[in-house]
Amino acid sequence: MRGKKPKDAAQKGGNGAVTRRDFLRGASLAVSTGLLAADGAAVASPPESSAAAVVGPGKVPVTLRVNGQVHRLELEPRVTLLDALRNDLDTTGSKRVCDRGTCGACTMIVDGKAVYSCSLLAIEAEGRNITTIEGLMKDGRLSPVMQAFIDNDAQQCGFCTPGFVMAATALLAERRHLTPEEVNRGLGGNICRCGTYHGLRLAALEAAKRMKA
Amino acid sequence: MIPQSFEYHAPRTVAEASSLLARLGSDGKILAGGHSLVPMMKLRLAAPKHIVDIGRIAELAHIREEDGTIQIGALATHFNIESSPLLKDRCPLLVETAREIGDVQVRNRGTIGGSLAHADPAADWPAAILALGGEILAVSARGERRIPARDFFLDVMTSALEFDEILTAIRVPALPARGGDAYLKLHHPASGFAVVGVAARVLLNAQGAVQEAAVGITGVAPKAYRATGVEAALRGKSPSARHIEAAASHAADGIEVNSDLYASADYRRHLAAIYTRRALERAAERAAAS
Repeated sequence: MRGKKPKDAAQKGGNGAVTRRDFLRGASLAVSTGLLAADGAAVASPPESSAAAVVGPGKVPVTLRVNGQVHRLELEPRVTLLDALRNDLDTTGSKRVCDRGTCGACTMIVDGKAVYSCSLLAIEAEGRNITTIEGLMKDGRLSPVMQAFIDNDAQQCGFCTPGFVMAATALLAERRHLTPEEVNRGLGGNICRCGTYHGLRLAALEAAKRMKA
Repeated sequence: MIPQSFEYHAPRTVAEASSLLARLGSDGKILAGGHSLVPMMKLRLAAPKHIVDIGRIAELAHIREEDGTIQIGALATHFNIESSPLLKDRCPLLVETAREIGDVQVRNRGTIGGSLAHADPAADWPAAILALGGEILAVSARGERRIPARDFFLDVMTSALEFDEILTAIRVPALPARGGDAYLKLHHPASGFAVVGVAARVLLNAQGAVQEAAVGITGVAPKAYRATGVEAALRGKSPSARHIEAAASHAADGIEVNSDLYASADYRRHLAAIYTRRALERAAERAAAS
């Protein structure tokens, strides 16, 4: 889905009255109608030949490796990784804000990459290494990125902070020689409504410097 | 926001996935990176009864070159493309386009196949694949077909894919000698989508004149398109600033131009010409330097 807000780009006519959302509703109706015809053809096609297991829509076993620990959960396939961790594992550091892959508050590191956990199904994350803000401390000590956030006043209300820390951690795990522009780009998937961007950039740059040393 | 319930299938091969889709018909929906589909399911704009997650089909994640043709598997993420040494060398337009997509998190999960199949009229890939004269490979239980990019985008979020087909790969020609390309875009400041995005490839002949120019434009119309008026106007001419500007003025000829809160039709039409000029200039410079 497109990012920050509903957009009217999908309008068809020239009057500007058709919103993207209206259009999509209309399109899905049109799609359903087309599909009725396709169903007729599908009946004639070969019967079930797939070996793949069908799961759901009820709860199914899902095994997640979070911060190095393996958890066996029972989840509906529709549950996102974010909701599974917050609701079933009580790992609430990752925040649920926009819930549509835009704001970055839910950012986790999956197999080394920063991802929006609100847009990833928990079942898709099976077998992958998941790191959340809870997994960054080692032996009771803050990670270099966490410490740099504190030292640079890189938070005000703090709600976006876990997402920013995870995005910065993923960025610095890849490279430690970063220009301010590269930091902006690396943190560009996260939003701070308090507008603490100056401190956030400084924190990321300082953490990079400390980690190089 | 919670999606409607669905049954989940995770096939391991394209053959498995296509037989599933043949059986499920209209009730099946393919999930790749999920960055378009999952949010739409939460908004209940999409409510498939069956999700066919192709994310674990290893054969769909390749990037390779065969005889001057680049083939990219549908599951290659924008990040995979952005960071591919092969593509940087052999098809830099794809790298330049990937860099302009969304943000880090989106590039890490979003896939080229998913983006093309979604056919968002403001997505970046359609412009690049059109300009490159690419082909889209689609596989179903009925077999494989190759769809030329210019026949692939039908309307807003509507592609030529049938319900039982999986987009498996994209094929584009590598950058030839005396060729240059460029992707330039005006980002929507919040969403990052293209208000206008222009991909251009220019091939020069031995005399330095334009042998062939190809221009793909996204964000401007209900579907991405090839600006054939621009291409024809530049063919055979020297790539001078004057010729490029004159050609670029045809960027939206005959096109039904979108109008919305962010850019009126007139403004978009104007932007299309400006960005087409800049993309052609950059592509021509690179072709001359190659």
